[in-house]
Amino acid sequence: MTDEKTGSAADTVAGERTVTGASIRLDGVVKQYRGQTKPAVQKLDLDIEAGHIVAFVGPSGCGKTTTLKMINRLIEPTEGRIFIGDRDVTGEDPDKLRQSIGYVIQSGGLFPHWSVAKNIGAIPRVLGWNAQRIAERTEYLLDLVGLDAATFEDRLPKDMSGGQQQRVGVARALAADPPVLLMDEPFGAVDPITRGRLQDKLIAIQHELGKTIVIVTHDFEEATKLGDKVLILSEGGHIEQYATPEEILAKPATPFVEEFVGSGATLAHLTLSRVKDVEHDPVVTARIGEPSDEVIGRARAQGVTWIVVVDGDGRAQAWPSLDEVATKDRVSDYVDPRLPVVAPSSTLNDALDSMLAASQGGVLVTDSRGAVTGALTIATVMAVIRGQLSDARAGDGHVTYTAHTEGTTP
Amino acid sequence: MCPRNTVAARGNLVNMWNYLQGRGEFLGFLTYQHASLAFQTVLVGTIVAVLIAIAVHRLPLFSALTLTTSRVALTIPSLALLALLIVPFGLGVVPSFIMLAFFAAMPVIGNAIVGLRSVPDSVIESARGIGLPRRRILFSVSLPMAWPVILTGIRVSTQMVVGVAAIVAYVLGPGLGSLIFNGLSRLGGTNSVEMALTGTVLIVVIALVFDGLLVLLGRLTIAKGLS
Repeated sequence: MTDEKTGSAADTVAGERTVTGASIRLDGVVKQYRGQTKPAVQKLDLDIEAGHIVAFVGPSGCGKTTTLKMINRLIEPTEGRIFIGDRDVTGEDPDKLRQSIGYVIQSGGLFPHWSVAKNIGAIPRVLGWNAQRIAERTEYLLDLVGLDAATFEDRLPKDMSGGQQQRVGVARALAADPPVLLMDEPFGAVDPITRGRLQDKLIAIQHELGKTIVIVTHDFEEATKLGDKVLILSEGGHIEQYATPEEILAKPATPFVEEFVGSGATLAHLTLSRVKDVEHDPVVTARIGEPSDEVIGRARAQGVTWIVVVDGDGRAQAWPSLDEVATKDRVSDYVDPRLPVVAPSSTLNDALDSMLAASQGGVLVTDSRGAVTGALTIATVMAVIRGQLSDARAGDGHVTYTAHTEGTTP
Repeated sequence: MCPRNTVAARGNLVNMWNYLQGRGEFLGFLTYQHASLAFQTVLVGTIVAVLIAIAVHRLPLFSALTLTTSRVALTIPSLALLALLIVPFGLGVVPSFIMLAFFAAMPVIGNAIVGLRSVPDSVIESARGIGLPRRRILFSVSLPMAWPVILTGIRVSTQMVVGVAAIVAYVLGPGLGSLIFNGLSRLGGTNSVEMALTGTVLIVVIALVFDGLLVLLGRLTIAKGLS
């Protein structure tokens, strides 16, 4: 079911983004479980703009997952109505509805007995697409999520890493080109570095496709990184604040929010600053097999002490120092598996994570296709922290002890 | 070692050979009958068992009850059940078939319930979440994922039924049981031991062949992602 005509698709334009998503509206939605005195979700009204990413965040038991699952009616609301675009979905056939909404859960929820291609084709097969169309769609989606179709098509879930499974989970959710994508703690089971990459990929996919994405997470950092808007819920599905991440950090609406986001901490602001917002240092790149002398000459002319070895597509392979380069006649084809790399959409927090994980004082910045565009050093990140710290001091002179120590301890 | 024993053993072998001589067709027919009875009863038992498991596996209480009942039912002496079945159905194939299908179903019920219940909730949830209809989830997700466990149950049940099927000779049922019972009842008479022995060996052979076939079936039908 290609649902491109659904609702307000394509007529709401958020900035310069393409929008193929549909808006979502919750109207007085209540979920009361039998035998419980307090409702799990109490009278929730919410508008989600088409083509936006909204992150639901809150402590466990706050009803964020329940709310998400009511949108595709995995959980039936007790009261209230839910609109996707302008259709009221509360009365629709649940299977039909879910076929028009992408759904991704932790670790992808792939069917272990099916190959990647078969997993992705699950819904297109139900919808009766022909084999040719399914194959083309599968190839397109694998490419979209950054997996090589030829390599992964016939792979079984058990033969893939958690991050790869998660990518396939996203591809499967997008199979029938739904206007809305729901994600339930999708990146909870992968390591921080992989999580950062998956988040960047999701942002890139969102920019390319303009779907409406609702993501549930317990991690406020993840919420600020991904969400155009963040919905903070407290127990019983009570809305504490629904605003942009900047607004929440700058003006927490309630003490609950203040405590939840830890708005006093300087480093929290690192999740708001993106790699693309700060200056990068230029890098000298060299192709595998180039004569070492030439490369060293070029690097010296630029005044740098190390270079980045790239493949034919400009993707980084290693970053040897000039001394290392000098040990061989030609630039070697060594691939450094621990090379720290971030995307422009990564937060400075991610960049710092990558540096610490690799024990390096910098990271390489790549564009969406993985080509190296520059480097970000720890000095730049420290400068941002110092800037924010002095802003905070100048702003209200109120710097908490924790913020101070976190920000200035070398 | 003792020459007299060797002679006796050789004598036994000669007797066995004499017994088998010319009875090939008859023994072949009984073996076929026995195997066919076991195959059909396991098939019917399996189908019934899987249907029951499908009906109850999503209800924890019913699953537990059915599981316990199926295990207790296995302790019913087969002969007693057979005797009870004579009352409504008389002698012959019908009570034999019902008794064997009943016993065939029991191990499969347990395994099918356990297999279906062990499909991770996350897999079912994501199947529902992307909009697979319930029936399709059952047939293309739950059952294939439970199949290795169900197949193990079928193997257990096949071994058991091939053995127990000998008893149906008591109610004049078909199969190799008649050889064993005839032989034992005429113990001391001509060919009596040879008859019983032939019946027993053929039953063991059937059991081994079936087991081999089921292993092969597993190789061919269990999805690679599950191993």
